[in-house]
Amino acid sequence: MNPLLAIEDLRVSFGSGLGRRHAKEVLHGISMSIEAGETLGLVGESGSGKTTIGRAVLGLTAASGGRIVFDGQQISHLNMAQRRKLAKNLQAVFQDPYTSLNPALTISDVLSEPLIAQGSGSSEARTVIADLLDKVGLPSDSARRLPREFSGGQRQRIAIARALALDPKLIVCDEPVSSLDLSTQGKVLDLLIEIQERTGVAYLFISHDLAVVRHISHRVAVLRGGHIVETGSARQVTSEPEHAYTKQLLLASPVADPIAQKERRERRSRLTALDSPSDRLVKDA
Amino acid sequence: MSTSAENENPDTATPEARGLSQGQLVRKRFFGHTAAVISMFVFAGIVILAFTSVGYAGIPGWYQWNYIETPPIQGRGEPTWELPFDFGQHPFGQDSVGRDMFAMTMRGAQLSLIVMFIIGALGGILGVIIGGVSGYFRGWVEAVLMRLTDTVIIIPLIILAAVLGTISQTMTGRGTIANAIFGGSDGVVLLGLFVGVIIWTGLARLVRGEFLSLREREFVDAARIAGASDRRIIFKHILPNAVGVIIVNTTLVMASAILLETALSFLGMGVQAPDVSLGSLISDNQQAFTTRPWLFWWPGLFIIAICLSINFIGDGLRDAFDPRQKKFRAKKAKDTRASSSAEAKA
Repeated sequence: MNPLLAIEDLRVSFGSGLGRRHAKEVLHGISMSIEAGETLGLVGESGSGKTTIGRAVLGLTAASGGRIVFDGQQISHLNMAQRRKLAKNLQAVFQDPYTSLNPALTISDVLSEPLIAQGSGSSEARTVIADLLDKVGLPSDSARRLPREFSGGQRQRIAIARALALDPKLIVCDEPVSSLDLSTQGKVLDLLIEIQERTGVAYLFISHDLAVVRHISHRVAVLRGGHIVETGSARQVTSEPEHAYTKQLLLASPVADPIAQKERRERRSRLTALDSPSDRLVKDA
Repeated sequence: MSTSAENENPDTATPEARGLSQGQLVRKRFFGHTAAVISMFVFAGIVILAFTSVGYAGIPGWYQWNYIETPPIQGRGEPTWELPFDFGQHPFGQDSVGRDMFAMTMRGAQLSLIVMFIIGALGGILGVIIGGVSGYFRGWVEAVLMRLTDTVIIIPLIILAAVLGTISQTMTGRGTIANAIFGGSDGVVLLGLFVGVIIWTGLARLVRGEFLSLREREFVDAARIAGASDRRIIFKHILPNAVGVIIVNTTLVMASAILLETALSFLGMGVQAPDVSLGSLISDNQQAFTTRPWLFWWPGLFIIAICLSINFIGDGLRDAFDPRQKKFRAKKAKDTRASSSAEAKA
């Protein structure tokens, strides 16, 4: 069976507009795939290109090379009408719930946006909206309110509801919980898992937090400097990592016990010392 | 953000967060700005006074003279207005040939207001379209439009306006097409249109900046992913969030427009005799400054009043729209603190 999303040798460059001579490549040939109903966790440090992969899949950033195949269709160079058709199956939840909802629109306008763009009528949209709010655990009178009236966790629920509106096959979650506090993170993650169990949607889950990724993912890909350094099942990558960088990443997350933390720090600095000098240059740059 | 906030029912949210829409908040903040509210009433008063007193476009007003009649000069033509309510025959006085100064000032205010609105509307529309299109679509469209803006900016405004003002004079007058279209105030309408065509540059730059920052916001990305069209993104997502900048700066453009018209008329390149504007009245009567100062005062007073009130209204609007503006909330916090300390004392 073909995977739901297959990324083959994806390259993305950013650079000066003139002649592309000084373009800087940030993704150096990424290949990965997501099966239907599966969650792929994508972890890596800041600047490793996690978000860029998500944006390339969503068509917000142009790919400079490689292929992205979604549901049997090549999607890396689509025009606007084709994108609109694709929107039915491919949606996103963004990092910051404070900027991902338009402050001037009511929740009902926010949620009806994808429905109207796909050509539903307003009465049809209204029943869908009530259903969506129920799905993400918000009171039905939220529809008339403005984003300003909700807390961060509630806003992220609204953003999830918007992503679910068209019943997509894949949702790209770009650090959906990293701007929330710990207990709210847990609730939103549980909501995402529950939705997956109910609807069979697949997630491309981007995060820098290994604990979060371990909680939600089936498989994990570790990204560093535009390369994938390790892929494997969530349990294998987060408990018995093979690559030295993944081990560092695991040891980088602090623990509450100061003695254990000291030991972890020492193990991590030993690992860093093992790194080749050129590797460190890349990291420092 | 705490767990309780997550579970909180929106009904029990703070009073600031409850119910008030963006528009209601803006209105509330605007009406909390005393200078702006007073200015709004002053400005409305001037508009009503100017248009009802001497009439407009053939509709007669309630005032006994018009700005062309030359009744016999009484005394030296000084104002007959004795405070508080004894207005006499010529409350603002008469000029050297006997024309009534109140009627002339009102006519001048009419023309200045018309020019101001035309310049504000045209400059605002052009600025929003050019700034919005270049900010949203970027690429070569932006390059062309912004170089055009730069080109217009480097030409000194007063010289450009003077040239266009002179052209507008030759294109108007009895028997021309413009006269037929715009009725009696053709010269001033054309002047407004010409100045409006060159005054949009500042607004265009601001709107472009606003569009550039808004188009990168995540809610615009989300709309794009939802399959929304460019038109929907511009009108539903970007424009409503840029409307504060647009309204405020259009108001400020209007304030500078009225000064520009006054300056042009003062230089003799704006409104032509026998019609009068506030600027041409000052220009005509500058020699009378020492002998009959009232010819100078009244138009000057009205220019200052119009300009100041427009500026204060613009100021109030800016404070009301700017989300980073903390004055409203700070004042409220001070009030609560004051009341709680008063309670503590009691």
